[in-house]
Amino acid sequence: MLWSRFVAPRNTQRAAMVFVWSAGIITILILLTIIVYVLVQGIPEIGWSFLTTPPKGGLAGEGGISTIIVSTIYLIALTIGILVVPGIGAGIYLAEYAPNNRLTRIIRYGIDTLAGIPSIIFGMFGFALLVTALHLNFSILSGALTLVCLLLPTLIRTTEEAIKAVPRGHREGALALGATKWQTIRHVVLPAALPGIITGIILCVGRALGETACLYVTIGSYTGMPTSLLDPGRTLSLHIYYLAMETNAFEKAMATATVLIVAIIVINAITNWLSYRFQIKMRGRLS
Amino acid sequence: MNSKIQAKNLNFYYGKTQALKDVNIEIKDRNITALIGPSGCGKSTFLRTLNRMNDIIPGTHVEGVVMLDDKSIYEKGVDVVNLRKRVGMVFQQPNPFHKSIFDNVAFGPKMLGMHRSVNIDELVEKSLRKAALWDEVKDELKRSALTLSGGQQQRLCIARVLAVEPEVILMDEPCSALDPLATLKIEELMQKLKENYAIVIVTHNMQQAARVSDCTGFFLLGELIEYGRTIEIFSRPKDRRTDDYITGRFG
Repeated sequence: MLWSRFVAPRNTQRAAMVFVWSAGIITILILLTIIVYVLVQGIPEIGWSFLTTPPKGGLAGEGGISTIIVSTIYLIALTIGILVVPGIGAGIYLAEYAPNNRLTRIIRYGIDTLAGIPSIIFGMFGFALLVTALHLNFSILSGALTLVCLLLPTLIRTTEEAIKAVPRGHREGALALGATKWQTIRHVVLPAALPGIITGIILCVGRALGETACLYVTIGSYTGMPTSLLDPGRTLSLHIYYLAMETNAFEKAMATATVLIVAIIVINAITNWLSYRFQIKMRGRLS
Repeated sequence: MNSKIQAKNLNFYYGKTQALKDVNIEIKDRNITALIGPSGCGKSTFLRTLNRMNDIIPGTHVEGVVMLDDKSIYEKGVDVVNLRKRVGMVFQQPNPFHKSIFDNVAFGPKMLGMHRSVNIDELVEKSLRKAALWDEVKDELKRSALTLSGGQQQRLCIARVLAVEPEVILMDEPCSALDPLATLKIEELMQKLKENYAIVIVTHNMQQAARVSDCTGFFLLGELIEYGRTIEIFSRPKDRRTDDYITGRFG
């Protein structure tokens, strides 16, 4: 109030514009710098042979990343496959069935806390329980189960939010027609919540692709072609770490990073396209 | 005229707050019964006790009796699914599902397993005709229901209710989100439907109650103050409070 007595609204308006614009531009510049830096160094290294030959190992970091790509795909597919049923199930439970009481609040608080725990702690848990105690050793299965623990809170909460965003009128409309609660959830609520749930799953894929710390201690660093889920493996992000820290092939690390970035961009594009198609189908228009 | 629904000494509570006090009412078959009253008077709450929609709100409870024909609907062992099939409901905000027009109408019959005994295509057409929507949508049944106008959506919701072959249709301010022309269409439709169904409508609009209904009940603070033939309620109300309300002195 005092402030506005000395500075004209026109000037505060200008100052605000300058501030907001520069904040936006700086953010975009930082992002672009990182991506351009990686791409410029990475793209020249990428070719057919880089994508189709396995790494040769050694200090020189020779070879490509074929086995790394395969390990990554195995790991992500297995993780999402295990994750989806309990994650979405728990989300449905919290949104539709859980009574609003102390226990539910404690569970929800626990889930939110888990979502904020550093991934290396999940890694240590996976190492102690899966790798050591259960003798799964360093394997794609150990890595996937660890990732599932890490990602469950995210998927549960995004599912819950997506379900809660479905207007109450839809539930009441279905119940009033004589549908049971489960029929209402299965045929009315879930279809309406599906775009949100799919977004949650894609979010998990993205995080799984980028995750390094918790895999470092559960999946191993094997660079060969995995032939079973009990084989160890190495993901793209782990490979970047090893290339950068243990070889002289920094440009190969950048090339791998380029592949990772492109994969994430493609996944995001597919998600956007899917939810666009879905909106057209469901609403007949874009909201 | 037979009575279709009877409430006896009906009390309703949201937690400790009493929303309905000792409501006694007899709703006639093949009639339109309008429930009027200011916001928060309990008219919608009462409507929702008739198909037990209040069951889904945690912390509520009912005392007293509601009879549908001669059976109490709050007794133990009553099949709520079957009750809601017999007593359909249309809501204030048109709430078509995110599905095609056809699938919206077919939803109820499919959930109830009716599609095993009846031809679903015929049932959908019959319901849309009864709801006076068929001519407008017959060529595009696959289109998303959300592309329809508000008035069409509300008639679709009525068709959806008719498809499960109910006996009573409850309408909770069905026209309050619609423009006057769409409102007129719904009112004409109600006149046709009352030949076969008992209709109970909650409305904020007193002209609407006077225009469409045969009987009117006036609610105030959870009590049914006065109930009788619409023409009498609006021309010779017995209670001072009814008179004040319909002449616009409050509410």
